[in-house]
Amino acid sequence: MRKRRLSLIAGVALAGLTLAGCSPASESTDTANADQVEVFTWWASGSEKVGLDALVGVFNEQYPDVEFNNAAVAGGAGSNAKAALASRLEANNPPDTFQAHAGAELTDYVAAGQLQDLSSFYADNGLNEAFPATLIDQLTSDGKIYSVPSNIHRANVTWVNVSVLEGAGIDPNVAPADMDAWIADLQKLKDSGIETPLSLGTEWTQMQLMENVLIADLGAEGYSGLWDGTTPWDGPGVATAVDHYGQLLDFVNSDYVGLDWDAAMQLVLDGNAGYNVMGDWAEAAFVQAGQTYDTEYTTWATPGTDGIFDFLADSFTLPVGAPHEAAAIDWLTTISSAEGQKAFNIAKGSIPARTDAVASDYPAYQQTALKSFGEDTVVSSLAHGAAAPSSWSADLSSAIGKFGADRKSDALIAAMVSAASSALG
Amino acid sequence: MRKGVRNWGPPLLLVSPTIIILGIFVYGLIAANIQVSTTNRHSLSPESEFVGLENYMALLSEDRFLHSLFNLVMFTVVFIAGTMLFGFIWAWMLDKGVSAEGIFRSVYLFPMAISFVASGVVWRWLLNSAEGDRASGLNRIFESLGLGFLQNAWWNEPIWGMAAIAMPAIWQLSGYVMALFLAGFRGVPQELREAARMDGASEWKLYRYVVFPQLSPIALSALIIVSHMSLKVFDLIMSITGSIYQTEVPATYMWVTLTSNDYAKSATIATILLLLASLFIIPYLIQTWRSEKANR
Repeated sequence: MRKRRLSLIAGVALAGLTLAGCSPASESTDTANADQVEVFTWWASGSEKVGLDALVGVFNEQYPDVEFNNAAVAGGAGSNAKAALASRLEANNPPDTFQAHAGAELTDYVAAGQLQDLSSFYADNGLNEAFPATLIDQLTSDGKIYSVPSNIHRANVTWVNVSVLEGAGIDPNVAPADMDAWIADLQKLKDSGIETPLSLGTEWTQMQLMENVLIADLGAEGYSGLWDGTTPWDGPGVATAVDHYGQLLDFVNSDYVGLDWDAAMQLVLDGNAGYNVMGDWAEAAFVQAGQTYDTEYTTWATPGTDGIFDFLADSFTLPVGAPHEAAAIDWLTTISSAEGQKAFNIAKGSIPARTDAVASDYPAYQQTALKSFGEDTVVSSLAHGAAAPSSWSADLSSAIGKFGADRKSDALIAAMVSAASSALG
Repeated sequence: MRKGVRNWGPPLLLVSPTIIILGIFVYGLIAANIQVSTTNRHSLSPESEFVGLENYMALLSEDRFLHSLFNLVMFTVVFIAGTMLFGFIWAWMLDKGVSAEGIFRSVYLFPMAISFVASGVVWRWLLNSAEGDRASGLNRIFESLGLGFLQNAWWNEPIWGMAAIAMPAIWQLSGYVMALFLAGFRGVPQELREAARMDGASEWKLYRYVVFPQLSPIALSALIIVSHMSLKVFDLIMSITGSIYQTEVPATYMWVTLTSNDYAKSATIATILLLLASLFIIPYLIQTWRSEKANR
């Protein structure tokens, strides 16, 4: 009797568990509703989220009938989002539009046939005239354009602590003419007692410093030629750049390998270092520290790169098989419009890609960036996915990190040559 | 005993969900991984063709992978030596008898409850390699204690850097080894100890000749568990240094290649890691299976 009651209870429990497993699918995406757009980004916090919210505001004004579906994935400065995106694309379940760094980072997606050509979109919306010609060059691969940039950052900016330089008798308002002059200034700072004239951080910041040196020593055309095979990696220009980079490493803080970019910038903010080479998202750090442009800090194009704008851009794409293609095109129209770019960039601290932006809307540093973007030659940033696809830049990052450890120039050049040959095929 | 299906049917039915899930998600995916590692799929494009062992040959002759293997070996050796040594000493001291044994046991075992990521964040600060004026973490503590000469670059050292990364791991897992050894110590029957004492053995001789030999199976299982933990180390390194060249191990290298969409290469590294771990585990499993068979 007891056994039967026990088995009855066990049977009921089993049935209950089975029913619990049959819960209805909680998917709320309604694919029949054509008036929504699923936007996949990694802008889930901080100034980036503020920017996204501003963009959404403009989008709702311009297209009130289309619902914005925020599919942001947080964490890892985009690596979590990229991993989630890769699995969605693999499963043929693309979002309506996704964020990616403009330029070579898209080649993986293009080669896999996952992106649609946006050249006709550019023609229809007059973007070929609104964006600078050199930017259009950098965005075009094989005659096609695959993304629409929403904001432009500059990666060849040197942030300078004014009082540290004045203390050593260096004029902070005059940028050194080239790398050799800058190294002389760094030596002057060191002799005046500043232990770490140049601050540096972890691997990607080292790669960014290296790209600045490459631009300075090779010039815009030489540097751009590195990425399509016209400039040899074992040529004299790269050898000079590697030599300069090695000399720069003699002036950096000893613990640079473990510092993230903001900890490295903190040395400049605190007056423990004179210079740091970083992209213009660093502006937010200075604003937060209450410092004023041209008073406590100033910026110039990294010595030797004057007249060159090293760009990186966040951009949006149109995947093949996007469920709501018309709504996605609406989104792309908003982010490339003057109002959309203004709202986004003022909130995020970058500059718009359009040349018709009004400079007085933007704070002091951005005005210098806008001027440069309109006049200078635009080249692509290596450290931020514009110049080289992710596998090539990962190889270079490791080689540059290794150079920091063992300082073997020949090994670095050999590694860069082999990375280029495996990437270019 | 019932015969045939009625004997082994119900137990099999009970275990079958686990077997099916393990079969799909562990062994099935291992097989899929090995299959990907024999292709040339180095990008997002789904086309791939069979290339046999080419990826393995390329990887094993690559400087970067050999450097990561060297880092792994250095980490493993220091980690195993540290945890076995500290775990054994603590278990021995606790076995000799101490008044607040429960408190000491908890204190030593507690770090194991913290995730590597959380402790990695703190150790990242402690192991900061700045020296002198800008020192922080351990370097600053040494300086303020007057032990300034002990300051060093920790994991930034060219060859011994990985030993510094092993420090947090030793701190966290020595308690586990201590628990294993303590159980072993407690498992030695009192009669044996009393008999040895009656035969005139000193305390040291008692431990050396009676107790320690009985601990060798425990030591072996502790060694196996700790070594396969160290082969897989990933989260500790990512939270202390991120994925950089100086502290690269195969697991972090695999992560870097995966995020660069080089699927075949990361599958190859994963398979090599699996083989390395099996080198330790499989002989152990065979040996326990044999001894269980002998005991039946």
